[in-house]
Amino acid sequence: MSKYLATKFNDIRFKNPVIPASGTFGFGREYEAFYDLAKLGGLCSKGLTLEPKSGNTGMRLWETPAGLMNSIGLENPGIDAFIENEWPHLKEIDTVTIVNVGGKDEESYLTAIEKLNAIDAQLIELNISCPNVKAGGMAYGIKAETAGEITRKVVEISRHPIMVKLSPNGEAVADIARACEAAGAQGISLINTLQGMAIDYKKKKVIFDNLYAGLSGPAVKPIALRMTHQVCQAVKIPVMAMGGISDWKDALEFIMAGATCLQIGTINFNNPMAPIEIIAGLEAYCINEGLANISEVRGIV
Amino acid sequence: MAVILSNTLVSAGIFKMTVAFTGAVKPGQFFMLRAWDKDPLLSRPISVHNYESGQLTFLYQVVGKGTEILARLQADDEVTIQGPYGNGFPEITGDLCVVGGGIGTAPLYYLVRHYQEQNPTGKCRVYLGFRDIAYGADAFAALADEVVLDVGGIITDKLTVLPGETVVTCGPEIMMAAVAGAVPAENTVYVSLEAHMACGIGACLGCTCETRSGNKKVCTDGPVFVREEVFNV
Ligand SMILES: Cc1cc2nc3c(=O)[nH]c(=O)nc-3n(C[C@H](O)[C@H](O)[C@H](O)COP(=O)(O)OP(=O)(O)OC[C@H]3O[C@@H](n4cnc5c(N)ncnc54)[C@H](O)[C@@H]3O)c2cc1C
Ligand SMILES: Cc1cc2nc3c(=O)[nH]c(=O)nc-3n(C[C@H](O)[C@H](O)[C@H](O)COP(=O)(O)O)c2cc1C
Ligand code: FES
Repeated sequence: MSKYLATKFNDIRFKNPVIPASGTFGFGREYEAFYDLAKLGGLCSKGLTLEPKSGNTGMRLWETPAGLMNSIGLENPGIDAFIENEWPHLKEIDTVTIVNVGGKDEESYLTAIEKLNAIDAQLIELNISCPNVKAGGMAYGIKAETAGEITRKVVEISRHPIMVKLSPNGEAVADIARACEAAGAQGISLINTLQGMAIDYKKKKVIFDNLYAGLSGPAVKPIALRMTHQVCQAVKIPVMAMGGISDWKDALEFIMAGATCLQIGTINFNNPMAPIEIIAGLEAYCINEGLANISEVRGIV
Repeated sequence: MAVILSNTLVSAGIFKMTVAFTGAVKPGQFFMLRAWDKDPLLSRPISVHNYESGQLTFLYQVVGKGTEILARLQADDEVTIQGPYGNGFPEITGDLCVVGGGIGTAPLYYLVRHYQEQNPTGKCRVYLGFRDIAYGADAFAALADEVVLDVGGIITDKLTVLPGETVVTCGPEIMMAAVAGAVPAENTVYVSLEAHMACGIGACLGCTCETRSGNKKVCTDGPVFVREEVFNV
């Protein structure tokens, strides 16, 4: 473990603050061919729902300048299959494990959360911000009031700490973050993808069956950084930030904006070694700057 | 990173790139190629056109930003290649009939070469369809027992499949669907699908296709599927 990068997120100890983002890293297995997953600060599961979901039909990926639009639609095996098939493997990896949970209505969120009480994950990331499913998902996350309500109910029944993942597509994020904090959330993560659209002018048709899709990657970084800063100013609970982080310098900017941990998403597709290179880059920065720990620059702007 | 040995124009808009590579590579597998940093963002999936004595060859058509950059590379330049990925074609033992359309002929060359090595007495027939200019037909003719070439027409109009032949097709989806529909049910037909890909390794679920047995990932479960799985026949 690097003393420079060891990070506490409440009382959860991360060996470093770098975690691959939900949905860009499967359940981790695929990246084992590239490096030892125990080098990561943590792992975050693909977005899970109570029932298995087959996801959206039609085109699911569309590259944009410095960005990627996706319309996966939360394809996942469901909570039960996750607990049976993926969790036994995931829990053996010597790193913090985060389970990302989405839902279509209150009941499906709560039942999923109850089922997860059976396993020992360190943190649950409550996804109320997926722009790619029509029923629920983002519907909760775009208003402070509903975000607070679902958070309160989930916090009540979960034996795990809850980190709420916010949408950049709704009311002012700082207000939503405050509502989640007041409802008992123990952390905030942001941002999920920005809702966008693509049209094939030659075919005179929209690209995505689901009409709109989520934009991520380097293109969204300035927006993600601004929102991270706003949320970090607004709440006392720790923040796990993401959105377009592609190298250690980007990562450092988010830490300076106030983030405690970072998630690395789309850039994994460009460079599978990105999380490992970011960890190395942050450590070298600490050494070069004479920092005892990366937290010394947290929130300095 | 792989060192480019050659990268040459073979026909209008069609390039052949050979790089140095060591490792096991099956016909029908692909690599994710990139010769840029973060712009464009994603790597490009390109099939293995041939693999012989440490030389890995890709045959590709310039269609957009990524393939344009690839086409500008020269010998001694470097290209990042991740792979080989995908299931590849199965080992074929009886007689073989391949049907390729346009740049979809790219993976079929290595398949035919490999088949001939494994089945010296097996019969291999090749159908090639192109919209306006044919390329690569001579290379197939040097290997196969028969090559039927079609330019500007519809390849299934010329296609007759013999009893016992295994059929492998790669090309535009409507061509593969037509082949899947035209070949008698007694013959096994394999198709090689395309999908936009981000990771190429099964992590993003961006390349999903619907099959009879549920969603499959083109990058890891495919790109090769048996026709009944993916086409309504
Ligand atoms: C398994 C597989 C094997 C392939 N093998 C070959 C080959 O041997 N030779 C060859 O010329 N082409 C092949 N293709 C198609 C090739 O990947 C695309 O032509 C290429 O990605 C286009 O990139 P571009 O930047 O030039 O085009 P752009 O249109 O600028 O690309 C924009 C985005 O769309 C994606 N995209 C565009 N067209 C396709 C397509 N047809 N299939 C998948 N993604 C696409 C790109 O990867 C990129 O993410 C293969 C595709 C797959 C899935
Ligand atoms: C292909 C893909 C799938 C995603 N799936 C999920 C998901 O299942 N759950 C979730 O909370 N976020 C999901 N996201 C959003 C990412 O976790 C992240 O919030 C977003 O992409 C911004 O970070 P980035 O720019 O580093 O990718 C997905 C993103 C992509 C690109
Ligand atoms: S391209 Fe990511 S799962 Fe196939």
